[in-house]
Amino acid sequence: MSITVNNLTKYYGSEKAVNDISFSVHKGEILGFLGPNGAGKTTTMKIITCYLPPSSGSVEVDGLSVEKESLRVRRKIGYLPELNPLYLDMNVVDYLEYCARLHNIQNTTMKSRLREMIDVCGLTTVRHKDIGELSKGYKQRVGLAQAMIHDPEVLILDEPTSGLDPNQIVEIRNLIRRLGKAKTVILSTHILSEVQATCDRVVIINEGSIVANGTPEELQQQFQGTTKYAVEVKAAVNDPMSDIFPKLKAIEHIDTVMYEGQEGANYRFTLQSTRGIDVREQIFRQSVAENWVLMELSKQTISLEDVFRKLTQAQNN
Amino acid sequence: MSTLTATFNKFLPTITNTRTIFAKELKSFFNSAVAYVVIVVFLSIIGWFFTNNLFLMNTASLRLFFELTPLIFLFVIPAITMRLLAEEKKSGTIELLTTKPLNDAEIVLGKFFAAWALIALALLPSVLYYITIASLGSIDNGPVVGGYIGLLLMAGVYVSVGIFASSVTDNQIIAFILGFLFVFFFFILDKVLFYVPEFLTGILEFLGVDYHFANIARGVIDSRDIIYFLTLMGFMLYLSVVSLERRKW
Repeated sequence: MSITVNNLTKYYGSEKAVNDISFSVHKGEILGFLGPNGAGKTTTMKIITCYLPPSSGSVEVDGLSVEKESLRVRRKIGYLPELNPLYLDMNVVDYLEYCARLHNIQNTTMKSRLREMIDVCGLTTVRHKDIGELSKGYKQRVGLAQAMIHDPEVLILDEPTSGLDPNQIVEIRNLIRRLGKAKTVILSTHILSEVQATCDRVVIINEGSIVANGTPEELQQQFQGTTKYAVEVKAAVNDPMSDIFPKLKAIEHIDTVMYEGQEGANYRFTLQSTRGIDVREQIFRQSVAENWVLMELSKQTISLEDVFRKLTQAQNN
Repeated sequence: MSTLTATFNKFLPTITNTRTIFAKELKSFFNSAVAYVVIVVFLSIIGWFFTNNLFLMNTASLRLFFELTPLIFLFVIPAITMRLLAEEKKSGTIELLTTKPLNDAEIVLGKFFAAWALIALALLPSVLYYITIASLGSIDNGPVVGGYIGLLLMAGVYVSVGIFASSVTDNQIIAFILGFLFVFFFFILDKVLFYVPEFLTGILEFLGVDYHFANIARGVIDSRDIIYFLTLMGFMLYLSVVSLERRKW
């Protein structure tokens, strides 16, 4: 059960919300859809779930076009819309039964299906309460239960953890992880730790275009580019620029050296080496050879957060 | 060909889905106070005016009842229908509904039948008036049967008009006001004949709801009147579906 998005473009009036994006999700994969607010995540999800038609390009769910085979596509999809709209005056069981009926779940399996979803989503204690009376965390679970009531092969979750407290976030994430094993899941978020915690793959979208696509580790590596080191040495020298600088620069694989400043006899530098090569040992040996005291030596890694900021701010500015 | 089937599917409702929506909407009328308010308001207003004049007129007929009810419909029906689609749009649940495997026509029809059924339920206790009067004097059954059929058909038209009003906005107040205006328009059409040029009178009269209602309420059930009501309902419901689909434009 795969989802294929091909050259998808969506205009609202003359405004381009989604600009020629293509990606695919394979069965059993959890795809994190990452981007700042207003990047086009929700619009893309609305198109995949057949709520809005694409302006151009195509979306296929299991080989079925969302435009031509809309009803069949919708049978396969479970959708949790942004802000989790619910009928506040219905009680939990009635609401889930309503959703189940709309998915043509037969009376014979209805009871067991409802019980299972209420069980899995931890709604047992509130099942006879009106949805309007529930806390935000419970509402979110009702939304998830609704999306999964017909055991869909594809789950589209638009910001499933927004507005929850940290404990609830962990719970919902675990739920998604557990249920997502046998399904194809697209989940959107602007919380980066969420992606690292739940997703197999990430698509970063900004201003309607895809700016990165890969596993969280791949993205980190890709945008690592160079490896940075912070170095601080204590040395009895007159001029760090002529006495220390060239000697650091001479170390193999070091591309750039930047002098950061001085504190007494301590001189601080930032070094950059070619990607994937660890030069900390050479820096240490050089210091010993020159009789410097190495006060600090650390390797700085780039986080997914940096990747995200780098990608989405470069274009915004 | 496939686009043709898709278009066809879009407007071809299935009974199962329509029934699911119908049951949910009817239940929610009773869950909220809407149903009880409608029934109480309806019965008390009608009851008061009806019994008040009944003994003055001293005839065994339901004529007054059939004259008053259409006036009450003008206010009550837009009030019932105003939230049906507007609320779903406001709260975003329309997105849930339209991403389930059902077509927009099923949503509109389910809601239409639910509101129509609520009106029918509100009319039901008025059968007591009939029983009371029938026991007091001899009553002509033709106009009574015709009157009830006419009221139901008129309610159907008003409900469909109200649903259309609810489909064009996400604000319930606006939906109510629009619904009232549209309904009032159909109500007033054959009452302004005096002010319009002569060549228009025939058309306006035919378009007016009351003209056809009056025909049926006399006890004469003519297929032209039935067709008028059903066509108007169908047309308004079709417009509602189109209006729901506007999100896709």
